Amino acid sequence: MLPDINPGLVLLIGGLLVPLVRGPARYAWLLALPALALAVLIDLPHGVSGEVSVFGYTLQTLRVDSLSFVFSLIFLIAALLMAVYALHVRDTMQHVAGMVYAGAAVAACLAGDLLTLFIYWELTAIASVFLIWARRTERAYRVGIRYLLIQVASGLLLLGGAVMQVQATGTLAFEHIGLDAPGGLLIFLAFGIKCAFPLLHNWLQDAYPEATVTGTVVLSAFTTKLAIYALARGYAGTEYLIWIGAIMTAFPIFYAVIENDLRRVLAYSLNNQLGFMVVGIGVGTELALNGTAAHAFCHILYKALLFMSMGAVLLRTGTVNGSQLGGLYKSMPWTALFCAIGAASISAFPLFSGFVSKSMIISAVAKQADLWWVVVVLLFASAGVFHHSGIKIPYFAFFAHDSGIRCREAPRNMLIAMGVAAALCIGIGVYPAPLYSLLPYAVDYQPYTLSHVFTQLQLLMFSALAFTVLMRTGIYPPELRSINLDTDWFYRRPIPMALRRVRDTWVGARAAATGLAAGAIARPLQSHLRAVAQRDGWLGGAWRSGAMVLWAVGLVGFYILVFVV
Amino acid sequence: MSAPESHNSDSPSDSPGFFDKPGRVTAVVYGVYAVCALLFFADLFYHKHAYTNFEGWFGFHAWFGFIACVGLVLAAKGLRRLLMRPEDYYDPAEPQESDDAA
Repeated sequence: MLPDINPGLVLLIGGLLVPLVRGPARYAWLLALPALALAVLIDLPHGVSGEVSVFGYTLQTLRVDSLSFVFSLIFLIAALLMAVYALHVRDTMQHVAGMVYAGAAVAACLAGDLLTLFIYWELTAIASVFLIWARRTERAYRVGIRYLLIQVASGLLLLGGAVMQVQATGTLAFEHIGLDAPGGLLIFLAFGIKCAFPLLHNWLQDAYPEATVTGTVVLSAFTTKLAIYALARGYAGTEYLIWIGAIMTAFPIFYAVIENDLRRVLAYSLNNQLGFMVVGIGVGTELALNGTAAHAFCHILYKALLFMSMGAVLLRTGTVNGSQLGGLYKSMPWTALFCAIGAASISAFPLFSGFVSKSMIISAVAKQADLWWVVVVLLFASAGVFHHSGIKIPYFAFFAHDSGIRCREAPRNMLIAMGVAAALCIGIGVYPAPLYSLLPYAVDYQPYTLSHVFTQLQLLMFSALAFTVLMRTGIYPPELRSINLDTDWFYRRPIPMALRRVRDTWVGARAAATGLAAGAIARPLQSHLRAVAQRDGWLGGAWRSGAMVLWAVGLVGFYILVFVV
Repeated sequence: MSAPESHNSDSPSDSPGFFDKPGRVTAVVYGVYAVCALLFFADLFYHKHAYTNFEGWFGFHAWFGFIACVGLVLAAKGLRRLLMRPEDYYDPAEPQESDDAA
C-alpha cells in the first residue's frame, strides 16, 4: 500500500515543505512526517532496491537488512520524539533543519553504496549546522563554522576512499571494508571523525552544547550513531577499534567531572557511551555486534531524554551551568523525575534500558580471555558514567544547594516527549525481548542473572558511596565558572596563529617577489613548467584519478584551513 | 521565546521542598551506607558467574567501583590545574544570552 521509497526522503522532502505549511496545520505536518516515515520503513521489504545507474556504476539507494533496519527505526522514533519536543518552537529554520537532518541520517543508513552514503553523509553535516546557527549569536556562528569544516572534511575523506575503492574493485557497494582494502584507511578516518574517536572528538563537545535548546537534542541522536552504524557495517572485527573504544570510554569522563556546562557534561558522556559501541564493533562477535546495535538503540533514547531535560532547564532558567543551578526539583518536579530516569538508564541500573544493552557488550568482551584489561577499563567507565551522568547532572541541576531560582515547569509538549522517552527507557529495561528481536543476529542472552544484577548494583552503589563521601568531606571539586582546554585548543589557538603568520609572510613575499623575480626566476621556471606539462612530462602525463582526488581533497582542505579559520 | 522566567526565592508562594526538612538529606546518606553494606555482603549468598578470575573476588565490583570513582575525581581535580581557563578564554565575554531561539 505504501510506496517502497527511502523513508529518509519523506522527512527530507516533507521538511523542505515546512515553510509552506502555516498555522495549526504545521503542528500536524511536523508530527505526521516522522510517523509516515516510520510506517514506510516498517512496510519496506528487506533487500536491495532503488537501483540507479550513474556513469556506468550502479547505485543502491535503498538497502534494508537487519542492521540498517534497527538503526533507521530508532532514528525515526527519535525524529518523532524530537518533533513533539520542539513543537512549541516558532523558528521555521530549526524545523526544516531538524527534519532534513534526520531524513539525511535515515537515508544514509539505508544507502547500499558508498556514493549515496557520501551524499547523505554530507547532507547531515550541512543540515545540522543550522541547528547551531539558529542560536543566532556571533559565538554560535563561529562554532558552526568549525563544526561544518570538520564534518565536511570527514565527507571528503569518505569520497576519497570511495574513489580509491572503485578504482581497485570496480564496485561502489558498501559492504565490509577493513583497513587493508584500497581506500580503507581514508574511509576509516571519515567514520572516525564523525564517531568522535579520541583526538578527533572535540567537534562534538565544542558544537553540541552551543546549539539551541531543541537543536542539541536533535544533534545528539544522529551524526555519531550514523558513524557507529557505518563502522559496524564496514569495520566489524577490526582490532584497533577495541583500543580506540576503550580509550573513548575512559578519557572523556575526566572532563565530564570538572565541566561546568551540564550540556557539555552530557556531550562528554555521549563520547564515553560511543566508546562502548566502538569496543563492541572491534570485538566483532555476534553477541558484541548485537550489543552495539542494542546499545545504540537505548543510548539514543536516554541521551535524548537527558538532553531534553537539560534543554527544559535552559529554556526556563536561561542557563545550564552547574555553578548557577540547584534546587530546581521544587519548580520542575516532572523534568527532575524524567532526568533521573534518563540518568538511571545511562548508568545501566537494572530495570532500565542501559542495563540490558551495555551488559551484552561487556559480556562479549569478557568472553575473550585476552581482553581482561578491556573489561577493567569498561568497568571503570561504567562506574564513572554513573558518577558524572547519573549523579552529577541531576544533582547539580535539581538538588545540591538551592540556587533560589524559581520557574515554571517545562512546556507540556516537552513533558510529553520526555515522558514517552522515559517510558521507553523503563519498558526496554523491564522487557528487553522486543528490542532483542530487532537485533542483527539471533539473541541467546540473559541480562537478568543474579551475578549481573548484584555485581552491577555493587558497582553503581559504591560509586554513589564515593560521591557521597567526597561531597560530605568537601573533597569533591565544586562547579566553577570556567572552561577546560581540550584538543580544540590546537586549532583555535596555535594553528590559526601560525597560519596567520604564514599568510602575512606569503602576501609580503609575493609583493617583493613579483618585482625582483620577474626576470631572474620566472623565465627559466616558465620553460621548465612547459616541459613537465607536455604529454609525456611529469605533470602532463596520465594521472590516476585516485591520486587526483587525494590532491583535490588535500588542496581543498588546506585552502579552507588557511583562508577560513 | 520569552526571557528567562526566574525570580528569587523570597516569593510568597515558596514552600519548603522535600529536602529542606531537617534530617532528610542525612537519612538519604545513611540509606546509601546501608544499601552498600547489604550489597557487599550479598556476595556470600550467591554463586558469582565470572568470565575473568578477578571478577570472582569477594566484593570486587564494590571496592573497584569505590576506588575507581575516588581516583577519577582526584585525577580530574588535578587536571583542573592544567586545563581550567576563564570562561572568556577563547572569546571575549558576551552578555549573558537570554534564551534566544528555543
